[in-house]
Amino acid sequence: MIAWTIYLALAGATLSLFLPRAFARWIALATAASGFAISVVAFFARQADFAHFTTIVHVPWVPALGMNYHLAADGISLTMALVTGLTALCAVLFSWKVESRPNEFFFWLLLVVGGSYGVFLSADLFLFFVFYELVIVPKYFLIAIWGSTNKEYGAMQLTLYSFFGGALVFIGILAAYTTAGTLDLPQLAQFQFTSQLQAWAFPVLFLGFAILAGIWPLHTWAPTGHVAAPTAGSMLLAGIVMKLGAYGALRVAMNLFPLGLQMWSKWMAVLAVIGIVYAAAVALRQNDLKFVIGYSSVSHMGFVLLGLAAANLLGVSGAVLQMFSHGVIGALLFALAGVVYHRTHTRDLNDLSTMRLGRTMPFVAFAFVVASAASMGIPGFSGFAAEITILLGAWKAFPLAVAFTGIGMVLVAAFTLRALKKAFFADDRFRSPVAVVSNEPVPFADPITFAEKLGASLLIFATLAAGLYPRLLLDRIEPAVEAMRFLKP
Amino acid sequence: MIYLDLVRLALPEIILVVTALTVLSIGLARKRMLGICSGMAAAGLLFASAAVLQLPPHALLFHGMIVISPLNSFFKIVCLALAFFTVILAQSKRSLPNDGEFLALILLGTVGLLLLVGSEELLMIFIGLELTGLSLYVLTAFNKADTHSAEAGLKYFLFGSMASAFTLFGLSYIYGLTGTTALGAIASKMSAGPVQPLLMAGIVMTLIGFAFKIAAAPFHLWAADAYQGAPIPAAAFIASGSKVASFFVLGKIVLVGLGPAHGSAGWHAMVGGWSPVLAALAALSIVVGNLTALAQRNVRRLLAYSAVAHAGYTLLGLVAAGREGFSATLFYTTIYAITLVGAFGVVAFVRRETGGDDLSDFAGLRNRSPLLAGCMAIFMLSLAGLPPLAGFFGKFYLFSVALHAGPNHGLLWLVALALLGSLISLYYYLIILKAIFLDESNMTGFALRPDFLQRSALTLLAASVLLLGVVPDALLQRILATLS
Repeated sequence: MIAWTIYLALAGATLSLFLPRAFARWIALATAASGFAISVVAFFARQADFAHFTTIVHVPWVPALGMNYHLAADGISLTMALVTGLTALCAVLFSWKVESRPNEFFFWLLLVVGGSYGVFLSADLFLFFVFYELVIVPKYFLIAIWGSTNKEYGAMQLTLYSFFGGALVFIGILAAYTTAGTLDLPQLAQFQFTSQLQAWAFPVLFLGFAILAGIWPLHTWAPTGHVAAPTAGSMLLAGIVMKLGAYGALRVAMNLFPLGLQMWSKWMAVLAVIGIVYAAAVALRQNDLKFVIGYSSVSHMGFVLLGLAAANLLGVSGAVLQMFSHGVIGALLFALAGVVYHRTHTRDLNDLSTMRLGRTMPFVAFAFVVASAASMGIPGFSGFAAEITILLGAWKAFPLAVAFTGIGMVLVAAFTLRALKKAFFADDRFRSPVAVVSNEPVPFADPITFAEKLGASLLIFATLAAGLYPRLLLDRIEPAVEAMRFLKP
Repeated sequence: MIYLDLVRLALPEIILVVTALTVLSIGLARKRMLGICSGMAAAGLLFASAAVLQLPPHALLFHGMIVISPLNSFFKIVCLALAFFTVILAQSKRSLPNDGEFLALILLGTVGLLLLVGSEELLMIFIGLELTGLSLYVLTAFNKADTHSAEAGLKYFLFGSMASAFTLFGLSYIYGLTGTTALGAIASKMSAGPVQPLLMAGIVMTLIGFAFKIAAAPFHLWAADAYQGAPIPAAAFIASGSKVASFFVLGKIVLVGLGPAHGSAGWHAMVGGWSPVLAALAALSIVVGNLTALAQRNVRRLLAYSAVAHAGYTLLGLVAAGREGFSATLFYTTIYAITLVGAFGVVAFVRRETGGDDLSDFAGLRNRSPLLAGCMAIFMLSLAGLPPLAGFFGKFYLFSVALHAGPNHGLLWLVALALLGSLISLYYYLIILKAIFLDESNMTGFALRPDFLQRSALTLLAASVLLLGVVPDALLQRILATLS
């Protein structure tokens, strides 16, 4: 049944392109909502086998080359499908007011969503790669047409980075395929590749995926792309697309080449830690609200990579949990930044600090406080649960890395609080060059819509639920991680 | 009764020649008869395809001068279909005088392609090459009033005749050393003993002629001018039908005829033979084509340089050799030809409306004609190799075959280079799409309106690019089944 998320999203994309423009957003909403509903049902299904990569569909596709249309799911894929569904639904809710070319907008948006579901559910390497590359071009158009701030540059940079990562992944996939003679992921996960092959194929494949996950120093597409993207685009990028890379690194690179992972894991950890600290430090100096969030995304994805590098049960489970958590929090932060930008037409923190948004937009301010708290890793939110799990895992493998990560966590708190204060709670009216006459801030003509409130509430609920009761997710993630063969005993 | 057999087995070619002569005489008798002429030409192509389908599965005439096999018949149909679409889309070209002559030349060129595809004998192959080449030279220079067209024609002719001279010279060496012109016999002669250096020289010279035909660097210099200056249908024909047939014959010559002199192009294991030569051509084409395409502002010129790069990718299959390698090359070149016929169709409409084919003429095409914009997006993204379009599967197949060939992933260097080339190419294809979908044009209230037939032709081409990407087995199965 979970396979229907893909078909629905692709069908919805086609429909929204060809039906009259008034229908486009309703089709998108129906598609995203049903996709979310399906992923929720699949996630909470009692009889499901979370530990094994259970086949859902298996149809020959190109028999001459051994390609199959093979979908499968385990606890990790279902978790990722869940966050995809949630982010997609909220992205549609937050782009309810897209006036310009809505048909194309929702076409590209649903294509990203459909492709992402496909990546998370593929059990055939070729199929996986088809879906993985399918997501690239829609991102270009979403950003270049509906974006802001240097959009064409940001879109092109993001697309070329993604495609470059894709090319590396391509080489890795071909190396596995031509050596093992099969494209079937479960079969490949049993195949013993020579350590000579793993030594070069693993870093190529891993780096290809990690580019999409925002690994330092190839992360620069992420902040630029996030800033240039429209609200829904940033939400999809942070919520789903960066997860595609991390998921690929876990499902394909690490699971196929365990010896390569052993050889390279300390370098992965080094890059991850540099990413965490460096991105947080850069975020501290940004004046564009979206740049702050963009760099915070890179920093948070660094945690995912650190968890993967630890390659033990806690680390990897925490990484998957962090993928979910950051998907939700990142989407929420970008959504709120978009709401603010839509009303004030600025994202500059110094400009925002003169507006006292805390009073004019109490709901947004409240939601932003929650999102910031979650992002900083305050206990009770998903970010805490995920990061503590990762750090516990990383402690066993790389104690030194955890020490450095501590610096990063302080910096995360610092830039988050700085952005929060400046954007919503500063009272810099009198420092502003424009004289402010009234003492009472004027409410914006454009009130927060119901759709926006609903979307934000859903995301807040998700981060709270996962934070207060992380076992809900971990019970499904851990068996699947335990089944991975790279796991150190 | 061998001449009766000749009529029976060469019926498609005969039909085309008769159609060409009829179209020519109609065109001479009455000016401005484009509708009737192109209708007749299209009908002739359809009849010829029907005749190909009626051929027996296997037949041999004049010791391999004409060979009928399922593979040859299939690629005859591909060439005829490409010519058919070229003729349909050529209708938009209103500015040409003497439509009859133009169409007749396309048909004669197609006859050359059929001879080329349907022969396994060096002399016949050379005759096919020349027949195609001469038709194409004239087609390129057809627009007499346009200096670009004349310049392109002259360049194409000079380069082309030079390359033909090389080929003929090379073929004479091969004949002189093996004593035969039939491909199969050459192979058996060559496998008897070691490859002589003189034969190697002959092989290299033959390859040079084909490198010219497929526009592989450094023999690509004519391509940019021909693609840009030639009348658009002529350019489309050069880029599609001629290319498919050339790759097909090149593949047959190197894999069937020269198989024993394969050599090896592996990074640490280079062995003399034709495959290192082809690998060098491929690498150079990929680098030169992609880097030069980056700087182009004219869409036709850009497509020309990208064609150079694609020739490089396609050669990968031949370098890998074997049945798999040949089928990957054939799959890719077929897909590529379909895509380019469509892309040139779109360019033709834009040129008719705006009078130019620079990137700026494509600005805002989305508002003027969503259909053309959508089709162009499909063609460009397929060329860039993005799923779910046919170009993606083609590249995956080519690269996996290349990496599979030989021990220790010897061709990894070439595959990595090709992937890097694809990355560069994505940039310039996106620049075209950016012009179409993002840029605003100053032309307002001015809608491109292709007629029904052309709309359906374009939609059909775009749909087949999409479908062959989703269900590549439809074409792949056919090619693999016909390759023995």
